[in-house]
Amino acid sequence: MKDRDRYQRQMILPGFGLATQEKLLAAKVLIVGMGGLGCPALQYLVGAGVGYIGIMDADKISLSNLHRQLLFTESEIGLLKVSQAAAKMRLLNTDVTIETYPFRIDQSNALAIISKYDLVIDATDNFPAKYLINDACSILKKPFVFGAVSRYEGQVSVFNLDKSNKGISYRDLFPEAPKQGEVPSCAEAGVIGVLPGIIGAMQAAESIKIITGIGTPLYGRLYHYNLLLGQGFEIEISANEKVFEMNETIFLENSYEENEDEMDIPEITVSEFIRMRALPEVYVLDVREWHEYPSIDFSDAQIPMSELQAKMHEIPEKEICIICHQGIRSVYAAQQISKKRNLKVYSVKGGLTAYFK
Amino acid sequence: MTITVYFFGSLVDITGQSKKDLNSFSDTDALNLMLQNEYPALIATKYFIAVNQQMIKANHELNNGDIVALMPPFSGG
Repeated sequence: MKDRDRYQRQMILPGFGLATQEKLLAAKVLIVGMGGLGCPALQYLVGAGVGYIGIMDADKISLSNLHRQLLFTESEIGLLKVSQAAAKMRLLNTDVTIETYPFRIDQSNALAIISKYDLVIDATDNFPAKYLINDACSILKKPFVFGAVSRYEGQVSVFNLDKSNKGISYRDLFPEAPKQGEVPSCAEAGVIGVLPGIIGAMQAAESIKIITGIGTPLYGRLYHYNLLLGQGFEIEISANEKVFEMNETIFLENSYEENEDEMDIPEITVSEFIRMRALPEVYVLDVREWHEYPSIDFSDAQIPMSELQAKMHEIPEKEICIICHQGIRSVYAAQQISKKRNLKVYSVKGGLTAYFK
Repeated sequence: MTITVYFFGSLVDITGQSKKDLNSFSDTDALNLMLQNEYPALIATKYFIAVNQQMIKANHELNNGDIVALMPPFSGG
């Protein structure tokens, strides 16, 4: 600590003091993702004097980042996020060492990098990365501060704080990562800029609490914040009875990026669909579950998504137009069919919601 | 008997509301089935259920005044 005056305002807090400040300076925190959540989390941890911070992100700064990633400026568009963030944070606090990782977290690098740190902040924007971080932290018994946002709502929690094998992880909330099509509002749903600011700052606060021992971390509790209502909602997490046995072998063999190599499926509009379905070589397949409404009279068959793998052979040698409720599952179904059958497949964009509009 | 159900995230788009008061449900399985019949898109959506702010892992008896929450996963950052 070069100059104690820097931390004077937090060191005079009841229960803080020099010993607590020294815990922060001795701490090593890894922030995965230098976006809407990662920027504010990083700024507050550097300000607070966390001694060693790793930042990981492969992305470059783009204009659409700037409404929520206030660490960056217009003149930095096109430059690496981690390099720019590190340069600025070194100006803010020379007590802090910043290490940059200008690449994505994956199964080959996660365990080696995370093992160097005391805790991990998940500031990523996708499920594969969140599950990968969760599992790596479970194996290494590292506390993991989770944060995620969607539109006007955010979630924060702390996992793996209990070092026993029964520690609560993200898989106690959602044991398996959602498949494509299972989460209808995807990343394109949008987000209001200030929201990741709030959630990212909360992740920094949880990290400081874990490092210093002050207060009660959000361990075993999922905190949900609704910006529009100005309301919080807290849920106590129940651990799975059968604890998911994560180990290095399972981790390395698991498929996290299952959506990455999916082929592009041509999407057709409702009017294109109406023209196509009149053609004799076109076969209309409804992939909604049996109980979904409304029933339609223009499909040639209905094979619910849940039965698709088993009934793949029932699909005839035709051009297949796939329709579902919102046009999300139909893309996923089309990918499944394309993998198994050599057929031309199309997904009806917007699904029946668009059709009946 | 009144049970209040809260919907979060994308579930609000599906149900068109963030809160719903319901009468007479014996347990969470019956409540969930009714909601999935009324809003079929819920079937293809991932969420967990909490009763009185405690996450449940199995069917759970419901009583007058209980607060049920349906919480989906978020991935944005």
